[in-house]
This record gives sequence, structure tokens and C-alpha cells, in this order.
Amino acid sequence: MSVDRPYESNFTNGESSDGPDLFSINLVGLLTIVRREVRRVLRIWVQTIVPPAITMTLYFIIFGSLIGSRIGEMGGVPYTTFIAPGLIMMSVITNSFGNVVSSFFSGKLQQHLEEMLVSPLAHTTIILGYIAGGVVRGLAVALLVTLVASFFTELNIAHPMITISVVILTAIVFSLAGLLNAIFANSFDDISIIPTFVLAPLTYLGGVFFSISLLSPFWQKVALANPILYMVNAFRYGMLGSSDITLSTAFTIILFLLFGLFGLTLFLLRRGIGIRS
Amino acid sequence: MRYVVLKALTLKNLRKVYRDSIVALSGIDLSVKEGDFFALLGPNGAGKTTAIGIITSLVNKTSGTVSVFGHNIDKEPEAAKACIGIVPQEVNLNLFERNKDILINQAGYYGVPREEAKRRAEKYLKAVHLWERRNDIARNLSGGMKRRLMIARALVHEPRLLILDEPTAGVDIEIRRSMWELMRKINDGGMTIILTTHYLEEAESLCRNIAIIDEGRLIENDTMVSVVSKLQNEVFVLTLTEPIKEAPILEGYTVRLRNNQEIEVEVAKEQGLNGLFEEISKKSLYISSMRSRSNRLEELFIRLVENKNFEATASNELKVKNIINSDKEELN
Repeated sequence: MSVDRPYESNFTNGESSDGPDLFSINLVGLLTIVRREVRRVLRIWVQTIVPPAITMTLYFIIFGSLIGSRIGEMGGVPYTTFIAPGLIMMSVITNSFGNVVSSFFSGKLQQHLEEMLVSPLAHTTIILGYIAGGVVRGLAVALLVTLVASFFTELNIAHPMITISVVILTAIVFSLAGLLNAIFANSFDDISIIPTFVLAPLTYLGGVFFSISLLSPFWQKVALANPILYMVNAFRYGMLGSSDITLSTAFTIILFLLFGLFGLTLFLLRRGIGIRS
Repeated sequence: MRYVVLKALTLKNLRKVYRDSIVALSGIDLSVKEGDFFALLGPNGAGKTTAIGIITSLVNKTSGTVSVFGHNIDKEPEAAKACIGIVPQEVNLNLFERNKDILINQAGYYGVPREEAKRRAEKYLKAVHLWERRNDIARNLSGGMKRRLMIARALVHEPRLLILDEPTAGVDIEIRRSMWELMRKINDGGMTIILTTHYLEEAESLCRNIAIIDEGRLIENDTMVSVVSKLQNEVFVLTLTEPIKEAPILEGYTVRLRNNQEIEVEVAKEQGLNGLFEEISKKSLYISSMRSRSNRLEELFIRLVENKNFEATASNELKVKNIINSDKEELN
């Protein structure tokens, strides 16, 4: 058997002046990671897509139909309608985070992450690939939960562009947060601590089930420190046209988090923290 | 006509100290020519895997420089990485992915377009006799199959430098031989190969040049022929046709009784075997078979590592440094 010469269209015969075509390598590499991540989500759909649909159906039955009918209206709409955007956003947050943290940590644990680390792919490409996986799962679950919600309440999307941009940006932010968690994680405990002790409380207190106008002035100020509040309210504005937070503030906070987390993740990967010895 | 032999790999004063102050590499100088089949040997914990980790950028170096085909890994990491294929010591496959997809994805990480990646996946899965298992997930493969899959994965982007870190560990002899054959063929095709192995017979059979690392230092670096020729004595095991009670006295040779039908005889290089046979005939002993006690390289390796023969090393290190000083060696 003879082996062809290396992939010479990408780089020449060892001369430093003629480097590889990094744009092509990164483009093909990015598509490869995205395809791999999406296939992973679809391959284990029983773990990735079905559970959030079941959980959210239970939320709608209990908080929407049973308890919600006694609460009446909130924010000028029926309670079931009020919680629908929050529940959709809650599933986007937990699923985009969960997808990236489990995929990246599994790569670390089985060491197949090394396949990418030894390749010429830029760290930015690797990050974008994982984000894409998280966003795809987040959006797939969002669509499914929206479908579930439509069985319990009438949903009219007031501002489609705002709704779509908020859901995508939120999925990106929490994909990055998941990646950050996985970079530092050394055990399965480490990847369950953040969702259990940080993400869940912030989500439940982030205005999914209530309007912050119900809180005392002091607790309203405390609630403003919770970034999830801005995401849930911006999404609720997109769907229902009402919100506790101004839209510009919400977008500013979301974009600040997005760029901050991206920069931090890139810095950690470049330094090899959590992935190199 | 003058032509240039490139250095596939150059390490200059490579040093690695881990956080717990363990010195894994204490200033290694090494160079590997393009097209070489190079053995990098050393006992466990000698620093081989650390060196490979640094070359492939999985380990951060403390100091020193690494160049792969002239690409400095600090200044042009992507260009350097694009030249390398690695088969690591530990199995690091995505165990839940199909074997074919593992290869296609790996090619993708190196920018190989998908259709071409599929073609190469088929080519290399066939080369390691795993094509029939292409749709299985890696978890269902045996240990030896996983190692072969890792070799195919390292080849799928057709690198210029292939680093094999104990690729045949735990592989049965038949498969090991077929893997040797594959390695020879890909080396004949022009690919530079660096091999670390605990099977010294494997290194002696495949490699043209050799470096031995111990405790983070280079203690030998020369051609395989020259290294093996440094072995002054060789021990032969002779099986006798009739049992004996004590070791015979053979003039000029050290003899030891292994059991009542086998003796070990140490033969110095300058003595040759004819004299030994004469001595054996004088004692009216009849030999049914004869073999070397161990692989010659193994013998030398043990002596070098155990005796820490640094006098020889110092001159070798100097030799290597002189070679490294000129990045490209020009030949007439």
C-alpha cells in the first residue's frame, strides 16, 4: 500500500512562508464539529429532546391548568399564557447549557477531545462548533415546548424578530456557560454542581413564574442582579408584548454576557487551562 | 546536483517541569530527518510521552523550542499541527461514535473536504482490516482493534510526520506483524515516523535511527546499526542433547547452567562463535539448538539505563547539538 503525500492543497512542502489555508481548514472543521454535535443530539434524542417536553408538560398541567386557573391573570394575560415564555426560556437555558457541558466533558473524560486539540483548528472554531450544538438542541427543545404550550394556551407572537433573537442569544450565552463549566470540571460532580446550585435557583427566581412587580422594592433590586430575569423578560416581551425590564437593558446585559463569556472561554482554551498539562 | 534534506522534527533544549516540581525533560536536543523511521525509547516515566505531548501541543513546555518541518510550534502552531498525525499511548476514541465517522471527522478537523474524507476513511479502514466493522461503534471493538483504528485515524489526513506512542501495546503477534508491515509501507511512501515502543525487537526491526531518553535526559542518539554495535558482549542460550549436572568450563568464556539441559555462554564481540564451537567440541557436548538470550537492543537498553553510561552520552549529545546547529543539512 502506498500513502499519498499529505494534503498538499492545504500546505506546502514544509516551507514556513507557505502556511496552510487556515480559512478552509477552519471552515471544514467547523462544519465537521457542528455535524457531529447535531448528530449526537439526534442520536440520543431520548435523553436530549424528550425529557424537557415531558417536564414542561407537567409544569403546564400543574402550574398552568390546576394552580393557574385559581391565580387568574398576571401582567394582563392569563397565568398559563404568562408562564409560557418563561418555561420555553427555562428549557432553552437548561438544554443549551447541558448539551455543551456534557459533550465537552465527555470528550475530556474519554480524551477524544485531543482529536481536535492536536489538529490545526483554531480555538475559536472549536468554541463555535460546541455553541452550534448547544443552540441546535436549545432551539429544538424550544420548538417542542412551544408546541406543548399551544395545547394549554393561545400563543400569539407579538414581535417575532425579538423573540427569535433573544432565544438564539440566550442559547449562545448558556452554551458558553456550559463550555466554561466543562473546562473546569474534573468529575461528574463538577458538571452537576452548577446546574443544581446556580442555574436552577437563578432560573426559578428569574421571573419565569412571577412578575417582579409582586416583590417588595428591596427584593426587586436584588432580582435585577439575576441575568436570567433579563432574558426571560425580553423573551416575554417578544411573545406577549409586555415585560418588567426595558428591552435595551435586556439586550445590553445579554450581549455583555455573550462577549464576556466568549472572551473568557477563548482565553482559557488558549492557555490550555483544564485541557492541557 | 545538490538537494536539501529537511528536518521533520527539531527539539532544542526542550525542558518540562510539572507543577509539583517533577522534571520530566531537562533540556533535550533532538532532530529527526524527513523520511526517517526513528525510535524514541526509554523506561516508563523517562519523558517520552511528555516530549510527544509537547510536540503535539497537548502539554505546555517550560522552555525550549520545537519545530515541525521548519514550523515553530509557538509561532506557527497551525502549520506545525497540520503536519502531524498522532497515535497516543492511551485509547482516546469517542467510544460511542461509528468507526467510519471517527475517521471522517478527524479528516474534517484537518480541512479535508467530506467526500475526500469518506474516500480516505475507506482506504485506511481497509488498510488496518477494519472496513467490515465500519458501522460499529468504537466501544464494541477489541483492544487490538481500537489500536488499529487509532492508527487509521492518525493516517486519514495523511500527515508528513506520524508519531506512534506504543501503537502495538496489547496487540497479538499476528496483528502486530501486519501493523509493522503497514508502518514500513507508509514510511516507504515518504512519511516520517517516530515510534516509541516497549517491544525493542520492534524498534530494531523497523527503525533506522534511535534516541534513548532516561530521567528526562537524552542518553543515546545514533543510528540503529551503530547503537547495536556498541554492545560488547552477547549472551547465547545453548540447548544440549544430553542433560548435564554442572556448567562445563569453556576456556575464555563465562558459562552458567540454566537447567540440566541449557547453558548460557557470554561471548565477547571480538571472540566470535567459531572459538566457542571448538571449546564445546573439546568437551564432547552436543548442541541441539542455540539462541540469543534476549534481543540485542534490549540488552543494550538495559545496560544503558541501568548503568547510566553518561560518558558515552556526553559525546553523543555534543554530536546532536552540532547537527541541530544547522537546521538544514545539505548533501552533495
